[in-house]
Amino acid sequence: MNKFIRQNQLYQLILARVKETIREPGVIFWGMIFPMLMSLGLGIAFMNKTDIFRKVAVITDNGVRTSNPDTNLTLESFFSKKAAQVGLTGDGFTSFRYTIKDDKLGNSTFLFQKMSWDKAMVLLKRGSLSIILNEKNGRIEYHFDPMNPDAQLTYLKLSRIFGGNGVPVGENHENIQPLTVSGTRYIDFLIPGLIAMGVMMSTMWGISYDIIEKRSKKLLRRMVATPMKKSHFLIALMTVRLVMNFVEGALLFIFASLVFGITIQGNLAALFMLFIAGNMVFAGMAIFISSHTSNTEVGNGFINAVVMPMMVLSGIFFSYHNFPDWSLYFIKPLPLTMLADGLRSIFIEGAGFAEITIPSLILAATGILFFATGLRIFKWH
Amino acid sequence: MDQVPVIEVKAVHKSFKTVHAVKGIDLRIFKGQFVALLGPNGAGKTTLVEMIEGIQKPDQGEIHIMGKKWRGNEDELHQIIGISLQETRYIDKLTVWETLKLFSSFFNLEKDRVNEIIDITGLEEKRKSYIVNLSGGQRQRLAMGISLLNSPKILLLDEPTTGLDPNARREIWSILLKLKQQSETSLILTTHYMEEAEQLCNHIIIIDQGEILKEGTLEQLLDESQDKKIVEFTLEESQFSADLLMTPSAFHIHWDPVNKKGSLEINQLETDLPEFFKFLNQRNLQLKNLEFRKRTLDDLFTQLTGRHLHE
Ligand SMILES: Nc1ncnc2c1ncn2[C@@H]1O[C@H](COP(=O)(O)OP(=O)(O)OP(=O)(O)O)[C@@H](O)[C@H]1O
Ligand SMILES: [Mg+2]
Repeated sequence: MNKFIRQNQLYQLILARVKETIREPGVIFWGMIFPMLMSLGLGIAFMNKTDIFRKVAVITDNGVRTSNPDTNLTLESFFSKKAAQVGLTGDGFTSFRYTIKDDKLGNSTFLFQKMSWDKAMVLLKRGSLSIILNEKNGRIEYHFDPMNPDAQLTYLKLSRIFGGNGVPVGENHENIQPLTVSGTRYIDFLIPGLIAMGVMMSTMWGISYDIIEKRSKKLLRRMVATPMKKSHFLIALMTVRLVMNFVEGALLFIFASLVFGITIQGNLAALFMLFIAGNMVFAGMAIFISSHTSNTEVGNGFINAVVMPMMVLSGIFFSYHNFPDWSLYFIKPLPLTMLADGLRSIFIEGAGFAEITIPSLILAATGILFFATGLRIFKWH
Repeated sequence: MDQVPVIEVKAVHKSFKTVHAVKGIDLRIFKGQFVALLGPNGAGKTTLVEMIEGIQKPDQGEIHIMGKKWRGNEDELHQIIGISLQETRYIDKLTVWETLKLFSSFFNLEKDRVNEIIDITGLEEKRKSYIVNLSGGQRQRLAMGISLLNSPKILLLDEPTTGLDPNARREIWSILLKLKQQSETSLILTTHYMEEAEQLCNHIIIIDQGEILKEGTLEQLLDESQDKKIVEFTLEESQFSADLLMTPSAFHIHWDPVNKKGSLEINQLETDLPEFFKFLNQRNLQLKNLEFRKRTLDDLFTQLTGRHLHE
């Protein structure tokens, strides 16, 4: 390498920043290993084809204290003909097991447990079961919380079993196409979100915290008391962060494509542009946040105040479409939302420059605005 | 001296919210001069030095470095100035060599200069150690090394030896004394140690509460009382009453209630000492111990302010 470059202050600043970063063991773990573990855990937990196992309470006292199993005619005949008695289970109930076999959607197994109404209510409140069956005069009543989607699903399945005259109906999915192809699974939704979140977290912490720490150590004022160019200091900081973010994102993608087979459907150049824009917006915000304080705890607070709401609202882990409509006006323009949505549209929907250019420009412009404002009020001493 | 002063400070004031830290200080420092700012905690030394370094801005007054103001000349002045702040912590996970290399790149220096500095500061063994693993004295030497990288015409060191043991302090002094012999560099050094000021600097400025109390060479400062000796004494405990010492007399006695020690200045041992014994006798005070020593800057400070430099 030639001498001119080795003596160059920008090169030395970048070199120092790289060394400083990679010599901190936490950087490798939190920036690289942790996101992979998170995607692995969440990806497996939300695999599409999952076997369902649900407990169902069957009331034996009919609300009055005359326990007579014979009144449960439909259920009893179902238990004796179709279900397998499990004997006394650990919790002391007479139980029957019934499984609906299903290769496409995963098996559904129901464990019917006979118990009193009071006991059933206790277990319902604890959440260990979500639906209660009570047969009166040959009609089965279903008790469950209509706000609980899982209880609804269980209800639908059970009512198909006991529909008509109570003879279980075989499951037949001629008209169902299971959505397990790449691009529609939870992991496909998750990975672009995790990449976006990684960019935000690494940038906000990496840049803001570093500046605040150097200021509190009086190192910043020592450095600017030399002919060092202030711009070089900031450029070095942001460049190293950008490269690290790229490495972190790429590693997570490679990992997810090996383990879960995720792919990028859209335009790679557009992806790169959006990635840069995402880095710009968070780098700008990081400079802005760290422009004044020299107290690392205050800095922590600032960073959390910015990062936490976006983590919750921006639909990284679960779609924000479940939030009330009015809140979407606030959620959609959040930088993390824009970045995550943009990345997803490229990864999953095959988007390209046509869809990405405007969000990228908005992100970049926001970043520049924050950067410029931050620089105006930046305290070097 | 009719040359242009290297540093000129004119009627400079600086206030913080509730503190008037620097109250109208004037300074002229010439090429090759080594100047000590001596003063107790909170005297305003750091504030003054940082204004000269261009880090803080004076509220009032003017500062010229080589005849130039800071404003608009930052790039030029940063090239010729070397500083060490009272408290700088360098990057923990860089080595000594890497830190020096980084700072040398700001001045566009070759790595030979880095090696020279490592040699000068005696950090050869620590070349590859992380900053975080250096001792206090090694860090101070590194800080001094960084300040010397660009062979500065002006060197500003804020308490370079505070907290060091006498040996480590002497190592730093010897670096500076070598520099003094070359008489290319002007130095301002702040310190609490009068010994340091005496050893290194030909001009000493005593400041307290933002003002210059007295300045001059060591001889000038102590000269007017060249023949004076300091007598320190303690009294028999039972007979002690501080008021008795304060009664008007030919002697100006300073009583230190903490150490139960009195001190006074005496011009002529032969005549004044018997007078002093008579003085004690008249008050029925009995000596327990009595010592003579040379006058120091601390005595001067005490005379000027009624306090000790270290309190
Ligand atoms: N940034 C600041 N904000 C408020 N007050 C300050 C600030 N810097 C210094 N002061 C006050 O100004 C006065 C002079 O401080 P300065 O640091 O210059 O003293 P010093 O002589 O360097 O003391 P020391 O020997 O303890 O380093 C002190 O009373 C200090 O509390
Ligand atoms: Mg100080």
